[in-house]
Amino acid sequence: MSRRLSTTSGRRGLHPAAWWLWAACLAGAAIRTTNPILLALLAAVAAFVVSARRTSAPWSRSLVFFFRLGLVVIVVRVVVQVLFGNRLPGHVLFTVPQVPLPSWAAGVSIGGPVTLEAVLQSAVEGLRLAVVLVCFGAANSLASPYRLLRCLPAVLYEAGVAVTVSLAFAPEVVMAIAAVRDARRLRGRPTRGIAGLRGMAIPVLESALDRSLQLASSMDARGYGRRVAVDRGTRRLATGATASGLLLVIAGVYGVLDGGSLPAGGVPFLAVGSVLVGVGMAVSGRRTVRTRYRPDVWQLPEWAVVGSGAAVLGGFVTASALGVAGMQLHVYPLQAPGLPLLPTLAVLVGLVPAVAAPAPRRAARAAARTVRARRVVGQPEGTPA
Amino acid sequence: MIRFDDVTFTYEGADAPTLSHVDLAVDEGELCLVVGKTGSGKTTLLRAINGLVPHFTGGRLSGSVTVDGRSTRDHPPRELADVVGVVGQDPAASFVTDTVEDELAYTMENLGIAPSAMRRRVEDTLDLLGLHELRDRPLLALSGGQQQRVAIGAVLSASPRVLVLDEPTSALDPAAAEEVLASLTRLVHDVGMTVVLAEHRLERVIPFADRVVLVPGRGQPLVVGPTAAVMAVSPVAPPIVELARVAGWDPVPLSVREARRVAGPLRQRIADAPPPVRAADGDYPPVASVERLSVAYGEVLALDRVDLQVGAGEVVAVMGRNGSGKSTLLGQMAGLRAPDDGKVRVLGLAPAGLSPRRLIGLVGLVPQDPGLLLYGESVGAECASADRETGLESGSTAAVLDAVLPGMPRDRHPRDLSEGQRLAVALAVVLAPRPPLLLLDEPTRGLDYPGKARLVTLVRKLAADGVCVVMASHDVELVAQVATRAVVLAEGEIVSDGVAREVVCHSPVFAPQVAKVLAPEPWLTVDEVRCAMGVPDRAR
Repeated sequence: MSRRLSTTSGRRGLHPAAWWLWAACLAGAAIRTTNPILLALLAAVAAFVVSARRTSAPWSRSLVFFFRLGLVVIVVRVVVQVLFGNRLPGHVLFTVPQVPLPSWAAGVSIGGPVTLEAVLQSAVEGLRLAVVLVCFGAANSLASPYRLLRCLPAVLYEAGVAVTVSLAFAPEVVMAIAAVRDARRLRGRPTRGIAGLRGMAIPVLESALDRSLQLASSMDARGYGRRVAVDRGTRRLATGATASGLLLVIAGVYGVLDGGSLPAGGVPFLAVGSVLVGVGMAVSGRRTVRTRYRPDVWQLPEWAVVGSGAAVLGGFVTASALGVAGMQLHVYPLQAPGLPLLPTLAVLVGLVPAVAAPAPRRAARAAARTVRARRVVGQPEGTPA
Repeated sequence: MIRFDDVTFTYEGADAPTLSHVDLAVDEGELCLVVGKTGSGKTTLLRAINGLVPHFTGGRLSGSVTVDGRSTRDHPPRELADVVGVVGQDPAASFVTDTVEDELAYTMENLGIAPSAMRRRVEDTLDLLGLHELRDRPLLALSGGQQQRVAIGAVLSASPRVLVLDEPTSALDPAAAEEVLASLTRLVHDVGMTVVLAEHRLERVIPFADRVVLVPGRGQPLVVGPTAAVMAVSPVAPPIVELARVAGWDPVPLSVREARRVAGPLRQRIADAPPPVRAADGDYPPVASVERLSVAYGEVLALDRVDLQVGAGEVVAVMGRNGSGKSTLLGQMAGLRAPDDGKVRVLGLAPAGLSPRRLIGLVGLVPQDPGLLLYGESVGAECASADRETGLESGSTAAVLDAVLPGMPRDRHPRDLSEGQRLAVALAVVLAPRPPLLLLDEPTRGLDYPGKARLVTLVRKLAADGVCVVMASHDVELVAQVATRAVVLAEGEIVSDGVAREVVCHSPVFAPQVAKVLAPEPWLTVDEVRCAMGVPDRAR
C-alpha cells in the first residue's frame, strides 16, 4: 500500500492544498511588511518556485498575468494618491490643480501638492497588494484548480457546481481571448489598444459564460451531486455547523492577520470554527456516495512545503512582534530601506519547495522533446532530412 | 430500454413544438442512428433521453420518457448518470476535470464505485479507445479527435447501459472515426450496450446501424425502421445510397462490401465512358507560397519545413490526421502568427506582418467554428458592420450573402442560425473584401447534406472566378467533390501532394465511397457517375 501511495505522489505532483497553504503564508507575510526589498524578495521567491515546479498545464502560465495585474495595482494606487490622496508634508514634486469642493465633502480633497513621501508610501502599499496577488498567482500556476476542488469536503458540494464553474471561468476567459483575438484579426478589426479591448470584452465574456453553463449541465449529466437520502435534521445540523464554522474561521484568520482587533489575536475563533467545520464534514460525509480515484496524499514533501511557508510567516510575525527595525518603510525622515536579518532569512526558507516538492513528471520528457524540436528547426539549409 | 410515449416538447418562446407526439422504443443492445437535417430536433431528442431536456434547457415537455424503467420526470440527469452516458457535440465543453485520467474517473467517482474497480475500468477504457499514451496530458492540450475519444471514454468508463452520442465523429479524421465506431460496435455486440447516435456523415455510420430514426423536423412524425428501408426514402443519404438510387439497386446496399458485389454491371457500363476531368492541371498563376515553414508550440513541432505553392483557381484540400498541423498551416497562411522558421508569402507579402485591415483584403479564413467570426446582434447588423469596418460600400456584404445563401432572414441572431446558415454568414463577411486566397478550416463540420451541396457549388464558383481556395478537411466526400489538388500532412510534414483524384483514390483511408465501390475506375462522386451514365443531373 505504502509503495503505491508513494508512486501516486510522485506521478501526480504535490497536494494542491499544500501549494495553496504555502502561497497563503507568503501572502500573509507580505501583509506584515512595507519594506520594498522584503516584498520584492517574497515575489522573487514565489516566481522562482513556480518556474522550478510548474507543470506544462495551461493554467501554469497564469503567473505572468498576475505580475501584470500587480503592476496595474501599483500604478492605480499611485495615481489615486496623486489625485485624491491625503496631502502628506515633505518634498513637493509637483502640484495638481486643486478642485474646490462644497463644505459637505469635507475630508475629501482633489488635487494639491504631491510630495515624494506620499508617492513612495502609496507605491509601497500598492507593491504590498501586488505581492499578495503574485502569491495568489503562484498558487494558481502550481496547483490545478480542479484538483483543489476534489479536496473540498462533502458538505460543500452544495456550492461545488458554482465553485467549479467559477474556477473554470478564468482559464476559459484566457482561451476565449486567444480565439476572439484571432477572429478579430480575421475580420480586419483592431486587436490591440483600447478599441481592441472594447470590442473583445463582450464576445470573450459571452463565450466563457456559455461554456460555464455547458459545464454545469455536463457535471449534472455525469452524476455530480447524487446523494443518498438523509433525514432533514441531520442535513440541517451539517449545513449549520459548517456554515457557522466557516464564518468563525474567516473571522479568526482576519484576527490573526490584522493582529489586535479581536481578543487573543483571533486564535479562539479559529479553533472553535475549525471544530465546527470538522463536525459538519463528519456528519455530511455520510450523505454522499462519492469515492476517490487516486486520492491526493499528504506526505513528507507536503509537510516540507507547508512548513517552509509557515516558517516565512512565523519569521515575519515574530519580527514585527519584536519590533525589528526595517519591517516598515519610514518616509519621515526619508531613508533607504534596510535589510533586517530575521525576515530576510525567513523569506529564503520559502525557497524550500523548489527542491522539496516533487518535480513534475513530464518536465524531463518535454525538455528532451524541445531540444529535438529546436534542433530540427535550426538545422542548416540543405541538410537532408 | 428507452421509451418515448407521446412526447411533445416546445422550447420556451418557440411557436411550434420541436418534437411532437413522438413514440419511440429502443431495445436493449441496439445501435440506433438518428438522422435528419440540421435544426430538425435530433439533438433535442437525444438530450431528452437523460433528462437534460427539459431539466437544463427549460421548455415544456409532455408525455413521458422512460429509461430502464426510470422516468425523466422524477429523475434529474444526475440520478440517471449510472444508466445513460451522454456525449455532446463539443467534447471540450463537456470536460469537468483537467487531465485525461481524472476525466475518465469522474463519473465513477460520483457514482461511488470502489477505487480498485475504478482503477481497472480506467485502464480498460484507456486501452479500448487507444488513449494510454495521453493518460496524464492536460485535456486542453489535446487535439480535437483526442478530446472526442476522451469524452466518449469518460462516459464509457462508468459502463452505462445506454450511450447517447451527438455527432461523435464529426471532429475526427477518417481513421480515428472508424476506430471510434468500431469500438462502439464492439460495445453493442459484446456488452449489449444500447447506443443512440446522431450523425451527419452518414457514410461513416450507416454500416454499423441496426435501425434508423429519421427526424423530418417541423414536428412531423418520425420515420423508424431498418436501415436499408429508411435510407431508401430518406432525404439525407450517404453517397453509397445515392449511387444505389442512380444505378437502381434494390435493396439498397449499406456498406462498400455489399455495394461492390452488385456494382459489377455498373462498372462495365461506365468503363468506356470518358474518364472524368476536373480543372486543367498545372497552370495556375501563383497566389501564395510557403517555404521551409516550421512552427513549434512549446515542445511540439506542429509544422516541419513545409513547402507549398498554391495558385489562383485551385482548390487545394489539406488532409491528414487530427493534430497533423492542418489548422496550423492555415493559421500561418492567414498570418495569425509569425512563423518560427521559413517564409509565408501571399502575393509577395508576409501576412503576419500586415495590419488586420490590409490582411482581410488579401486572405480570408473561416475557422472551424464559423460563429467565432460573428458578434453582431443580427445578421443584418453583422453585414452592415462588416461593410463599415472594411470600408466597403454599404450593402456589399449583404449582396455577397445573397449570392452565398439567398433569402437569409436578416433579423436573426447569429447564435440562432443553423450551422449551415452561420457558415454562410461567415463566408459572406470573409468574402466581401474579395480576398484572392480563401482558407476554410473543416468547413463541413456539423453541416447536413443540403448545406454541403451549397458549399460545393460556392467553392466551385469561387475557383472559376480565380480565387485560390485552400481547405483543411476530414471530409473525404467533400474533397472528392471539389478539390483539384490534395495535400496530405503527417506529423507536420507533407507526405503527399498531387492531383486530388490520384491522391485520394490511392489511399484506403481518404478514398470516398464511390471510389471504393467502383475501384479501379477513377470515379469519385455520384454526379460523375450520373454524367458517365448519361442520366440527367439531379433527376430527383
